[in-house]
Amino acid sequence: MITKSHLIEWLRACDAIYTENKTYLTQLDTAIGDADHGNNMHRGFRKVGEQLDSLADKDIGALLKAVAMTLISTVGGASGPLYGTFFLQAAGKASGLNELNAAQMADVLEAGIGGIKMRGKASAGDKTMLDAFIPALEAFRTTPDDLQTALNNAADAAEKGAEDTIPLIARKGRASYLGERSRGHKDPGATSAAMMLRELAKAAEGDA
Amino acid sequence: MKKLINNPDDVLREQLEGMQLAHHDLIHIHLDPAFITRKEATPKGKVALISGGGSGHEPMHGGFVGYGMLDAACPGEIFTSPTPDQMYEAGKAVEAGAGILNLVKNYTGDVMNFEMAADMLMADGIKVQNLIIDDDVAVKDSLYTAGRRGVGTTVLMEKIVGAAAEDGYTLEQLSTLARKVNRYGRSMGMALTSCITPANGSPSFEIGDDEMEIGIGIHGEPGIQREKMKTVDEITEMMTLGILEDPAYHRQLRAWSPEKGEWIDVAETDEPFGSGDQVIAFVNSMGGTPVSELYGVYRKMNEIIEKKGLTVVRNLIGPYITSLEMQGCSITLLKADEEILKYWDAPAHTPALRKGM
Repeated sequence: MITKSHLIEWLRACDAIYTENKTYLTQLDTAIGDADHGNNMHRGFRKVGEQLDSLADKDIGALLKAVAMTLISTVGGASGPLYGTFFLQAAGKASGLNELNAAQMADVLEAGIGGIKMRGKASAGDKTMLDAFIPALEAFRTTPDDLQTALNNAADAAEKGAEDTIPLIARKGRASYLGERSRGHKDPGATSAAMMLRELAKAAEGDA
Repeated sequence: MKKLINNPDDVLREQLEGMQLAHHDLIHIHLDPAFITRKEATPKGKVALISGGGSGHEPMHGGFVGYGMLDAACPGEIFTSPTPDQMYEAGKAVEAGAGILNLVKNYTGDVMNFEMAADMLMADGIKVQNLIIDDDVAVKDSLYTAGRRGVGTTVLMEKIVGAAAEDGYTLEQLSTLARKVNRYGRSMGMALTSCITPANGSPSFEIGDDEMEIGIGIHGEPGIQREKMKTVDEITEMMTLGILEDPAYHRQLRAWSPEKGEWIDVAETDEPFGSGDQVIAFVNSMGGTPVSELYGVYRKMNEIIEKKGLTVVRNLIGPYITSLEMQGCSITLLKADEEILKYWDAPAHTPALRKGM
């Protein structure tokens, strides 16, 4: 089971990981975008981190919705609405719940990723965060029963998906203007998405 | 990094506070969330015109808030789209019963954030339309990219559509005019140097002393082609012909369908310029290029335009849509009919552009 306290630890870890990787993500974005992804993720999750203590008595749906609203209003760029929509749609599947089993976790992830597809109108292979999220969901769904293994496999798949964006030509977002020149660079959005899923797998290992 | 700043995190707020002090007779600055409105309330029954985008392009958009142009502007962090709560609060503040037209430059983040804001405003019963500006001819392909970027036409759009809103256009009439201005306007930009956002402290891209980047947008994002430095005549020719010889451009643009109650893709085609066309010519500095050099560009541009049988009937020259301290320029040509000229010539009084009053 994933409990609410797992998720709060996860969000705290996201704050830490984006603080630690602020420069790295911005460097990736400098190569093919507009050099702000690390700054934006750091600003958004710093704000989420500050609010976590006041969200401890909410259910998972309310927690994820609060995260969504914070990201939508602080991140900006394209990643604000995309990650914001991820958490907003995920929240809809966790309304009233205080823990998630594997099937519920899969529904939450699927709804969130569906939200990103809807908002950004991107598909697999467009060199976006979906290239981490889509294989992660696939890996999660095809891992039978054990939730922790499923989360680990999802994180592995997301990291591989992010690496696999390197040879791709970007077809969405600012990187798409570079055409062929976007080859050879790792997508910053896929990278931040893989970090998020790795932190989720790590947080789930802890005591609830 | 050498910049006239205090703490990088405070740059946007301090800039807004300075604007408030300097232009308190014209505008009012709101913080948390950040947006700029006119000092006077929107007259009842006038469509509210709102724009916004990442900061770093000053004077656009905040400098164009005032009579005859915008009712509100939403500044994002530098080169980062503003967030929906800003557009929502700005919309609530300036809407006056006739709805809101959002002028949105075609960047993935801006389009998505303005769409979320429009959804929130419409949920409150306010009529909203989003008009996407995509005029950068340096982007050839709309099928496999996010499409042409919104650049110089935005400034001309805010002037023309703002004056028509003042003249009592309904939301539908205003949207129709704005779509026409977008179809009639084309731009191309270039950079001699990169620029540094205060948050990063290092150049957005590297460029050699003897190189230039053609097809740059208005951000630190790289352009489409790197070339050895050339003369102003050669550079101007490349840009002017790039615009004049641009073929018909087809793409789908997002818009709200009141009939269907959902966001739809609308097919739009920009027809190429032709001999006999009258144009408004806008030669813009990216921030670091002096006005003297812009006149050098204007000289050659005008020569080429006349040779092609077109006439420049109005012009705008100076730094109006910038990219921080970047050296470089952009050219925008807007085909001008009677309606467009009427509203270009109409009075405006804003911090950055004043005409006839």
